[in-house]
Amino acid sequence: MAAPVKVYGPPLSTAVSRVLACLLEKDVEFQLVPVNMAKGEHKKPDYLKIQPFGQVPAFQDESITIFESRAICRYICEKHADKGNKSLYSTNPLVKASIEQWLEAEGQSYNPPSSTLVFQLAFAPRVNIKQDEAQIKLNDQKLSKVLDIYDQRLESSRFLAGDEFTLADLSHLPNTHYLVTVGNRGEAFSSRKNVDRWWNEISSRDSWKKVVEMQKSK
Amino acid sequence: MVMKVHGAVLSTAAMRVFATLYEKDLEFEFVPVDMGAGEHKQERFLALNPFGQVPAFEDGDLQLFESRAITQYIAFAYKDKGTPLLCEGKPMATVSVWMEVEAHQFDTAASKLQWELMFKSIFGMATDAAVVEENEAKLSKVLDVYEARLSQSKYMGGDCFTLADLHHLPVLTNLMGTTVKKLFDARPKVSAWAADI
Repeated sequence: MAAPVKVYGPPLSTAVSRVLACLLEKDVEFQLVPVNMAKGEHKKPDYLKIQPFGQVPAFQDESITIFESRAICRYICEKHADKGNKSLYSTNPLVKASIEQWLEAEGQSYNPPSSTLVFQLAFAPRVNIKQDEAQIKLNDQKLSKVLDIYDQRLESSRFLAGDEFTLADLSHLPNTHYLVTVGNRGEAFSSRKNVDRWWNEISSRDSWKKVVEMQKSK
Repeated sequence: MVMKVHGAVLSTAAMRVFATLYEKDLEFEFVPVDMGAGEHKQERFLALNPFGQVPAFEDGDLQLFESRAITQYIAFAYKDKGTPLLCEGKPMATVSVWMEVEAHQFDTAASKLQWELMFKSIFGMATDAAVVEENEAKLSKVLDVYEARLSQSKYMGGDCFTLADLHHLPVLTNLMGTTVKKLFDARPKVSAWAADI
């Protein structure tokens, strides 16, 4: 029997939690390896060997080492196509194309403003960094525009890529969770009818609830 | 029915798709979008890409946006035509990693530099030296990682030319026409790879 895969990094990290959600959806056994970021462990030579940009997560499966959370998720889904949630990343080329499109949209359009806001609203205060009001305002506006587009899309589609919950939706979980809790941005989501429905549905999945529990206990 | 690419020749994202189609020797129809006149923000185009960005793509009934989703679709759907651009099985994971690196690490700094040093002068706007300095520093760090990577691997994703390399081409080409070229020239492996691709 194969050894469990290894995920390096704290569950509190949005990118790490993206991978954890995917592993739980796919029912793939994993071992979480702590990386002490407060002590700069992620910038030390031993860690840089597996992630040259000094970021979390990193991932190992038997002899392969990979990084970049979305690449890790794709790998997990492709290797274990028949395990757990099979429609997470379809093998049908046309369905896959739609998933890829919205996964790219998440990475290119949703992630930049939402991760800036998560940093400014959730993490900066914790590490005594002064919040940048101008950045917050600018990114609130950008996020608003993206959510308008999402609301329109979700009017005619249950999930972003189609009728099923996929990697494209999953990828949004980490940043959005922080935005609606610590970040106090719940209204941006609840005030948009379809986004509200979608967020409530994806955030109440068992896999995501487990990830949130893991974040609380570390 | 022929594949369609809606876009503008100046758009680096559209170029990513054109490059893929040429590599794979595939016929397509280019549908110009008049961005100067704001065509990409009008209803007809928004139906193809609700983000109001180029390119948008059609293959029969399939409609797609996001250049990197389009290139991946083309590479899979037309696997047996022209240059492979992807690897089967294990090495695909590595190609996937470096495609993400291009999208999140390289492109962020590189496209800001391209905007400041190339597009702004085309549109008659002034360059912001502080932004240039900040992003040159960021890009330098990324290129240091690239230099180490390319010392172990001929191309970014492995032994063969893949989308992980191709995705860099449009912005890379633009940067080579600016002072940022020096950052590439200073790193022998990166410089050789850039020349190769």
